[in-house]
Amino acid sequence: MTDPTSVSASPAPLASMRAISKSFPGVLANDRIDLDIHASEIHALLGENGAGKSTLMKILYGFYRADSGEISMHGRPVSIFSPHEARAMHIGMVFQDLALIPAFTVAENIALFLPHLPAVLDARAIESRINEMAARYDLQVRPRALVSQLSIGEQQKVEILKLLLSDARLLILDEPTRVLAPHEVQALFRVLASLRRDGFAIVLITHKMKEVLECADRISVLRGGRVAGTLTRAEASEARLLELMFDKKLPPLQTQGPTPAGTEARTLLELRDVGTQAVGAAPTLSGINLRLAPGEIVGVAGVSGNGQRELGDVVLGIERCAAGRKFLFGQEFTRRSIRAARTAGVAYIPESPLALAAVPWMTVLENMVLSRTQVFARWGGLRMDWRAARSEARLGLERFGYSVALDVPARSLSGGNLQRMVIVRELAPGPQLIVASYLTRGLDVHSALAARQALLAARAQGAGVLLISEDLEELFALSDRLVVMFAGRMVGEFRPADTTPYEVGRLMTGAEVAHDVHP
Amino acid sequence: MTSIPDKRPSLAAWLVKSGAVVLRYLAIFVVAFTLFGIILWIAGKDPWLAIRDTLTYTLGSGRGLSEVVVKMTPLLLTALAVAVPSRVMLINIGSEGQLYMGACLGTWVALSFTGLPAWVMLPFMLFMGAMGGALWALVPAILRARGLVNETITTLLLNYVAPSLVTFFIYGPWRSPGNSFYPQTPDFVPAARLPLLGDTRIHLGLVVGLVMLVLYWLLMKYTRWGLEMRAIGGNAQAAKRSGIPVTTYLILALCIGGALAGVAGIAEVAGAHGRLRPGFSPGFGYTGFLINWLAGGHPLGILVMAFVVALITSGGDILQINQGLPFAVVDILLAITLFVVLARPALRLKGKRA
Repeated sequence: MTDPTSVSASPAPLASMRAISKSFPGVLANDRIDLDIHASEIHALLGENGAGKSTLMKILYGFYRADSGEISMHGRPVSIFSPHEARAMHIGMVFQDLALIPAFTVAENIALFLPHLPAVLDARAIESRINEMAARYDLQVRPRALVSQLSIGEQQKVEILKLLLSDARLLILDEPTRVLAPHEVQALFRVLASLRRDGFAIVLITHKMKEVLECADRISVLRGGRVAGTLTRAEASEARLLELMFDKKLPPLQTQGPTPAGTEARTLLELRDVGTQAVGAAPTLSGINLRLAPGEIVGVAGVSGNGQRELGDVVLGIERCAAGRKFLFGQEFTRRSIRAARTAGVAYIPESPLALAAVPWMTVLENMVLSRTQVFARWGGLRMDWRAARSEARLGLERFGYSVALDVPARSLSGGNLQRMVIVRELAPGPQLIVASYLTRGLDVHSALAARQALLAARAQGAGVLLISEDLEELFALSDRLVVMFAGRMVGEFRPADTTPYEVGRLMTGAEVAHDVHP
Repeated sequence: MTSIPDKRPSLAAWLVKSGAVVLRYLAIFVVAFTLFGIILWIAGKDPWLAIRDTLTYTLGSGRGLSEVVVKMTPLLLTALAVAVPSRVMLINIGSEGQLYMGACLGTWVALSFTGLPAWVMLPFMLFMGAMGGALWALVPAILRARGLVNETITTLLLNYVAPSLVTFFIYGPWRSPGNSFYPQTPDFVPAARLPLLGDTRIHLGLVVGLVMLVLYWLLMKYTRWGLEMRAIGGNAQAAKRSGIPVTTYLILALCIGGALAGVAGIAEVAGAHGRLRPGFSPGFGYTGFLINWLAGGHPLGILVMAFVVALITSGGDILQINQGLPFAVVDILLAITLFVVLARPALRLKGKRA
């Protein structure tokens, strides 16, 4: 089908995408992206979460339809409107969350995926085809094993075998190494290298710098829905890739001097050697040591899924400390409830307001009293003082310069308005400790500014802030101190002035485990 | 008064809205009875006569009406027993078992403390009835709150245990010495019987049920706890992060549900029967589940639906006697009503599209 000896510079790429744009409500995920994918090549798509990598590849696989732009295969324009059509064009994709049926055997899972499945299955023939293909690419699995009994690494092998047996020539792997142990990652890369030798085109979606430099032939960096640059392996270096991944320009200067952090007489938050219990595939924290002083904003950097969310959960008390101790405002809080933490003065702005902060069927006003029902309860709880709640909500909204209707159900609000509602609810009462995850996600520039201003105002009044974000610009602009999380550990701690976004970016992507900068 | 005082809906808007609700309920019953009529007609009976008989012998006479109300009394409470947990997204199918346990503990009081005056005896009985139901619900509640077993399964399974326990006591320590033919406890002393209304069989249980219904309405609409329960039902994750003690609410809501079913049990025994018999409940618990479902947890809806379902079951008795129809027709009519209610959203959607 394709000439295995052809080099990456062959005239007609296997697949080429031109001016692909795709928007979701409120987000422009892909903005006129051009991308060429060649046979016999491993093409890495590198970028932060939300840079548009997965969206672009899901368009190629027919999972999403692009708003505009075109795709051609072997130089001929094609339209791919469903994964079924993509498979007919020999395109295959392994999703981040593997899509196997646990109760079926390996052979049954693969058979289900084959394009021309006969009415009566010849199990033997399928098994021998699996074994043959597995031997060729070092993907050994037992065809009769139940998928539920396989490790994640083995399941991934099955996914790849599935694509190979259904004659895919272009394989898209969405963050394949996310769930793998280091030795499994090495094995996967060896498989990919042997596939490349046989003329397959491979697209590897990832945000891990080190892997890209290790196995990719060509690297396209996406940032904010655009291609920031495409490099060959020879041209690529860690520094250049970081430069492309995170914006080149330096973060703007802070508009106000950081409050003197020398007043360490009182700690708002102290975590001593905190660790959490492993539950499912969620990351677990280990050995977390963190202190937060009044008037201090500590930024938590990290690619999502590396334990930042769990860190915030531990502070509020949603996640229990399996190891270590937690102190809030100088008191031991290791085993105390969320309500106790709330009453003591902890505010919490979660990463996804609709899922974690709002009750969709209740009105905005009702939602706004939820975290402080005791304040508006009268007659010992027999009655709620809605008049007081309403005037306080209005006052809060006014102070932040937001306007959100109070009597509509929360589910009718846009994402940005929901976030405004949560910000007012959490910050207006003047909390002492604020845990804010992705504070400005979904907000327009103006509202984002107001939200950041609110954080700074809270800090000026002596509150401490734990700011969790992937937006390095925001972290550098707001933080007095920065910690970097990778794989459930704190891998670096800096004052923003003493470091650069590149340094932080390198730690975030696990390029190296930091020399501990702990004082 | 609405829950948000600044924005009262206008009277006209309210009338239009309630009118629409009444019309919708009427439409449901017209459709259900039409389908029921078709089934009777296929069975070779006169549907018109059957429906007329049902209505005249229940709504048409004071005696019939009072019997409907007697039937409605336990249903009100068992529907509430499902409604309270359902506000925090718990599915309590166990009100049947909780009802039996309430009857069991209440009967123990009635049989053991025969010397007590009525004004001590009755509150004590009702209290122990509530305890019996609550304890029976506590087991599933704890298992659920710990994240071990889904409450739907456990409450359902305990329904098969409770009647057996009651039967054990009736055949064993509580068996009436006077009557060896029918296994049952001795008659309750007069102080342990719930007072009746006039010369009807309507007993104090009705008042208890209505009071509980009003309390439920007030709880959900006005109190801090109702607000927090609605928040848990609407989004447990958000409620938890807001500092609402979700686990405590889950346990309390299921136990309150159990207590209400327990009161239904002892009220039925002390009000309508005067002695405990095995199988005294013709599925009051399950019917309560159906009523709450039909009413969508709304207090007024529960009152209306409990009455209607009681009317249908009374009608079944009459059809059995007058027309020689099997009692199963009641199940058919209830099932049809449920189907029509379930189909309701689809009908409304189609109307909107047109």
